[in-house]
Amino acid sequence: MTADHTLTVHDLELGYGERTVIDSLDLVLPPGRVTAIVGANACGKSTLLRSMSRLLRPRTGQVLLDGKQVHRLPAKELARTLGLLPQAPTAPEGITVSDLVGRGRNPHQGLLSRWSTEDDAAVAAALEATDTVELADRPVDELSGGQRQRVWIAMALAQQTDVLLLDEPTTYLDVSHQVEVLDLLTDLNRNRGTTIVMVLHDLNLAARYADHLVALTGGRLHAAGDPHQVLTEETVRAVFGLDCSVITDPVSGRPLMLPIGRHHMAVTRS
Amino acid sequence: MTLAPPLPASGAAAVRRPRRLRAVWLLGGLLVLVGLMALSVAVGSRDVGLDDILAALGGSSDTLDRAAVTKRIPRTFLAVLVGAALGLAGAVMQGVTRNPLADPGILGVNMGASLAVITGIAWFGLTAPASFVWAAIAGAALSAVFVYAVGSLGRGGATPLKLALAGTATSAAFASFITAVVLPRNDIAGGVRSWQIGGVGGASMDTITLVLPFLAVGLLVCLASARGLNSLALGDDVAAGLGERVALTRGAAAVGAVLLCGAATAVAGPIGFVGLVVPHLCRLLVGVDHRWLLPFSAVTGAALLTAADVLGRVVARPSEIDVGIITALVGAPFFIHVVRRQKVRAL
Repeated sequence: MTADHTLTVHDLELGYGERTVIDSLDLVLPPGRVTAIVGANACGKSTLLRSMSRLLRPRTGQVLLDGKQVHRLPAKELARTLGLLPQAPTAPEGITVSDLVGRGRNPHQGLLSRWSTEDDAAVAAALEATDTVELADRPVDELSGGQRQRVWIAMALAQQTDVLLLDEPTTYLDVSHQVEVLDLLTDLNRNRGTTIVMVLHDLNLAARYADHLVALTGGRLHAAGDPHQVLTEETVRAVFGLDCSVITDPVSGRPLMLPIGRHHMAVTRS
Repeated sequence: MTLAPPLPASGAAAVRRPRRLRAVWLLGGLLVLVGLMALSVAVGSRDVGLDDILAALGGSSDTLDRAAVTKRIPRTFLAVLVGAALGLAGAVMQGVTRNPLADPGILGVNMGASLAVITGIAWFGLTAPASFVWAAIAGAALSAVFVYAVGSLGRGGATPLKLALAGTATSAAFASFITAVVLPRNDIAGGVRSWQIGGVGGASMDTITLVLPFLAVGLLVCLASARGLNSLALGDDVAAGLGERVALTRGAAAVGAVLLCGAATAVAGPIGFVGLVVPHLCRLLVGVDHRWLLPFSAVTGAALLTAADVLGRVVARPSEIDVGIITALVGAPFFIHVVRRQKVRAL
């Protein structure tokens, strides 16, 4: 089991150039749980994730990992605790799966230290966990979208961090691969206690897989908490400007959102 | 992860498998290089018998034949050093810019080094080879920064084709400028011209000891950046997530490459295409892991330049063709091949 780390965001303001993307945001991400960040396009979800992994400096406010500012921690030290998988990462042409996964060991290696048996073990375990052992010698280019995403997650696992941030890990995947990836992340959370924070587009998958749901709108926090409290008709209207009906998902018991378009009102309202 | 029973042995085996093959390639490359070095001492525009070659290697330069062989020894070492420097610098530049078209020649770095040296000769009275090295390194650094800045302008940042275009345009401008400087000055024109095409024929042990420290530092800096380049290859965001300080890593590796290019150009003139061809060839053989790719590129670059130099001495007997012309003949079609492949995507 991994140690619990608390990621906190305090009075955070983020932006690019003139544009403010995140404004006076306060958040506490529960340790050892799965958090999903949801919101409309351009609401600042990815920007927030980038800042939490120190890719973007806050204009004001702080991102704290166990009370320490992530932007002040040494880069490799942070990377041993907190990993990041950006949206749709690209692998260099011709790289093999085991080579790619092995690069996740970077923060554990010094300038002169050699590849160790510990590195071997971490890579092997990451391949096992993501069910990609069979793919180890294959070039990443040749894999399907779902396999490729599993390999990238394996790279993040080889990094052996207690906190893992993922920006839309299910983008470009069909529904079965989306479920496969989210199941894998749930395994990781349950078996190793890894704190998972991910940006997700699909509200229903977010409500099903997350213990903690964060809804952003216009760079501000709209609601955060248990999916049952956050995924409501009111939230969806405020965050997405969409009318909907929320029922209980018969499979998971979590809330399930059914959008109401202009053409189906009679059916849903009857 | 819950379904499969734990099989750590199979995973570990899968991780270790490719390494042996790469070691074999590296060893094979070294053997080929040693063979080519022997050939470079034995073969030249003058036919020399084996006993004279051996006598010359023993230190004798009594006869004309033996003296010719004695001159081939520093020349061979210089070809090895310059080739290794250019092959390694090319691999590092391709890694730093994530650009399959990057090369000290194409990015204008070598021409920048030449321009600095020639400007120094023409206007600042540089005569000592030691001052050539400093001028060349400064010129290489300035043109690298300039080309990268121009190539990054506009949308999408420094894409492969934009960088190649910026570098080629800069190279062409520098080349015309060099011509404009050299042409009206008969006193320096002859010497400058042969240096400018690129050659190792004028090598002496003095020039080698002169550039050796610069090459050694450049080599160490480049090899030390291998792991950082591996992270950069996954994109800046992933690299930063892996704890890499992206700007620092990129800057340090670029400094190493500039040292290598500047020093190599100072003694051998702007030799093109070695830095382009070698890393591509090496990637086919040992893959994209820079910890293997960089040393292998150095060995292959040394072998290629030595082979090109030997070829240049043999094909036009009794005269010689400069090694820079041979590498251009091999490299230019290769450049077109790389550009024409369906996707010139970022590395």
